[in-house]
Formats: sequence, structure tokens, C-alpha cells
Amino acid sequence: MTPKLKAADFQPQLRRLERRLFLRSGLSLGALTLLTGCNLQDGDTVDRVLWAMSRFNDRVQAALFNSNALAPTYAASDITKPYPFNAFYGEDDAPEIDAATWKLDISGAVQDRTPWDLARLRALPQESQITRHICIEGWSAIGQWSGVPLHALLKQIGADTRARYVGFKCADRYYSSIDMATALHPQTVLALDFLGQQLPTEFGFPLRLRVPTKLGFKSPKHIAAMFVTNDYPGGYWEDQGYNWFSGS
Amino acid sequence: MADGAGTGTVRGTVRGTVRVHALIVRVTHWVNAFALTCMVMSGWQIYNATPLFGFRFPAWATLGGWLGGAIAWHLAALWLLVVNGLVYVGYGLLSRHFRRSFLPISAGRVFADTRDALRFRLAHKAGSYNAVQRLFYVGVLFLLVLAVLSGFALWKPVQLHALAALFGGYEVARRVHFVAMAGIVGFVVVHLALVVVVPRTLVSMITGRARIVLEPSK
Repeated sequence: MTPKLKAADFQPQLRRLERRLFLRSGLSLGALTLLTGCNLQDGDTVDRVLWAMSRFNDRVQAALFNSNALAPTYAASDITKPYPFNAFYGEDDAPEIDAATWKLDISGAVQDRTPWDLARLRALPQESQITRHICIEGWSAIGQWSGVPLHALLKQIGADTRARYVGFKCADRYYSSIDMATALHPQTVLALDFLGQQLPTEFGFPLRLRVPTKLGFKSPKHIAAMFVTNDYPGGYWEDQGYNWFSGS
Repeated sequence: MADGAGTGTVRGTVRGTVRVHALIVRVTHWVNAFALTCMVMSGWQIYNATPLFGFRFPAWATLGGWLGGAIAWHLAALWLLVVNGLVYVGYGLLSRHFRRSFLPISAGRVFADTRDALRFRLAHKAGSYNAVQRLFYVGVLFLLVLAVLSGFALWKPVQLHALAALFGGYEVARRVHFVAMAGIVGFVVVHLALVVVVPRTLVSMITGRARIVLEPSK
């Protein structure tokens, strides 16, 4: 006959086990604090997982994107005043551009690569919108932009709308790119005016993109060149780790 | 519910262990603890980019290093939190775990148990929750759902405009998201304080079992 087990006989071992388990869970929390250095810029394993998840989120957002869903529009009385300036440089460093010599260069998968000057852009049908600009930093502001719907310009230049990306290069060394579905969205506008006046220097003179279905950093200012491509063009912030699609 | 094992007689009582947490509850609990920690810490870093209120979270309590890193963490851990949460809620509803463990919650019991708890007279009973615990667990589940929904409203205010409108628009959803976070963190603080008071609950959440006195032996 086997002797009866007494719980009391095992108390010291159980207590040691308890302590060990407690320590182990403490260690895993400690391990988490080691991860706080993972910031998309070190190229370690965790960074690679984060980049992969960001690409996964691009696909989720592309699937979620509805070409017919419009960003909410607002009344003129809702416009944010004063309107905030935001860039990767200070307001005084916004580039001064000569309207007389400025041209929008066109390249990539398009039929007509003739550059566009301001007079020709203004001769195209114009659209106006009062929409909310949502910054990746969390704040938002309501403004009024008007200009050429991007889909209209893409049609004018005979762009291959089956291509994946439309990219932009800017006079302030900024660059960015958007998916073709968003480029063809009715509210995606190449803005020439802000609050009914020619774009001021700080808000992107002479031409900026305005995409109310994406975060603000996807709307480059001081655009100098536009191209249509199937090769992922990235962007100034996107290459550092901001999510590329960044849809709203 | 209590499937006793390893019983033994010690000084006139029968002691044993009961299963207090199903394996799926333990696994989803720890996955949730990891995902939620990532969400809160990266969320604090995102908050710091434009503080809604007059303070910033200290850098040591944040995750991601900078705004881009924090958003990458937040939108990666999001899926872990959501998928894990769906597994847990699915199990809780189908297995009747929620109904068995969290219901009923009566105002009278909550009041009585709160009074006892504040007088340090509320005993911890392995395998069943008192009314205050029930209210807290149901409350934090509600806050987690609120945080996820308001988060989706912030992430997709155009594509999910009906959801965003439900919260009163983007700017209101920001504040709802913050309040839900604050409530969840408040819960975690109380939850961890109680684990310190009754450390054997931590062991139960790992092994799934708790030691109890079954009955006086005859």
C-alpha cells in the first residue's frame, strides 16, 4: 500500500514553485521594456515584424477603401482659424517659388508628358471642398481648398490608371505617393487655392495635393513633379516608418 | 465546476485543488496582458505628439521611440488584441463562462461587497467572483470594446464614418478613446494591487488551479 500523500509535506516545494513563476512573469515584463528601443530604424527582428505588419495594414486599408465613400464636408463657419502650419521644417523655411517660371513636370506611365504651368491648370474645371485635415500627430483642422481634381488631370495626360501608384516630388525636398484608387477619388484635388485665395507660401504655393481620405502627411506641398508608376515610390516619412497607405 | 485532484487529509480537513481558470482563459489573459501593455505604452507615445490635456507621459512609460514607431506598434498590437479578444469573448459566450462567472450582478450585492471590501472583510473565494469583481470584469470588458471601437473611429473616420458619427466625430472620438484608456489603466492598477494582496491568484492564472479546503473530513 502506498503511503498517503500529505499536502503539508509539499508546502516548501510549492512555495518555491510559486516564487519561481512570479519571477518568470516579472522577467517577461522586463523583456517588454527591452522592446521599447524597437522604433523601425534599427533593422532588428522586432523592427522587421513591425514593418511587415505595416505592409499588412496597407493591404487591409486598400481593401477597406471605398471609392464612393466621401469625407465629411463642413460649413464655412467651421473653418479652423488660424490654420496650423506643419512641416518637417519651420514656417520661415518654406520655399519661395516664382510663379512665372514654375512648371509641373509629368513623367511615368502617361501619354502626354508636357509640363503644366499655372495658367493651364487654372483653365481646367476647378473643385472646392471644406474638409477636415487629420494629422498623424492626432490634431485636426478644417480648411477650404480648391483646385483641379486629380482624376481630371490624370485623364488629361492620358495616365495609365491601371498603374499602382501616383508619386509626387516637391520643391522642399519632400516626396510622397498614393495608391491609384485614392488618386481617382472624387475628393482628391491638386489644390491651387486655400480659403478662396491663391495658396500662401506656408500652405504649399503654388500647387499642393489635398487628400481628405488620408492623413495630412499624404498631401505634399510645393509640388514640382508628378509621375505614374508601378514601382513603389515610398515617401519622406513613409521611408522612415510612417504607414504608407495612412487612409482615413 | 470544481474538479478536485490531489486531495489529501491534513489535520481533520480534506484539502485539494480546483480548476479555477480554463486553459483558453489563461492563454487569452496573458496574450491580452502583452497586447494591452503594447497598446497603452505606444498609445501614450502617440498622445505625446499632440497632448490633448496639459501633460505628457514620461518617455520611460512609452513604446516605439518616436511617433512613427509608436503607431507601428499600436497598429500591429491592435490585431493581436482584437483577435485574442474575439477568441476570449467567443469562448465566454459559447461556454457560458460569462454567464456563470460574471452574472448576476445586483446593485445590493455590489453595495454589500464594496462595504465589506473597504473594511477588509471581503474574503477571496477561489473559483467564484464576488459582486465587486464581477462589476469590475464586466466594466473593463466594456471599456476594452469602447477603446477598440473609438480607436477604429479614429483610424478610419471616412471609411467607417457611421462609427465615427456614432462617437460624435473625430475630435470627440479622440476624447472617448482617452477616457476608455484611463478606465482600463485604472482597472489594471486595482487588479495588480489585488494580486499583490492575494499572490496565489497569480499562480492560478498560470496553472489554472487553486488550493482550497474542500470540507471537514469525517
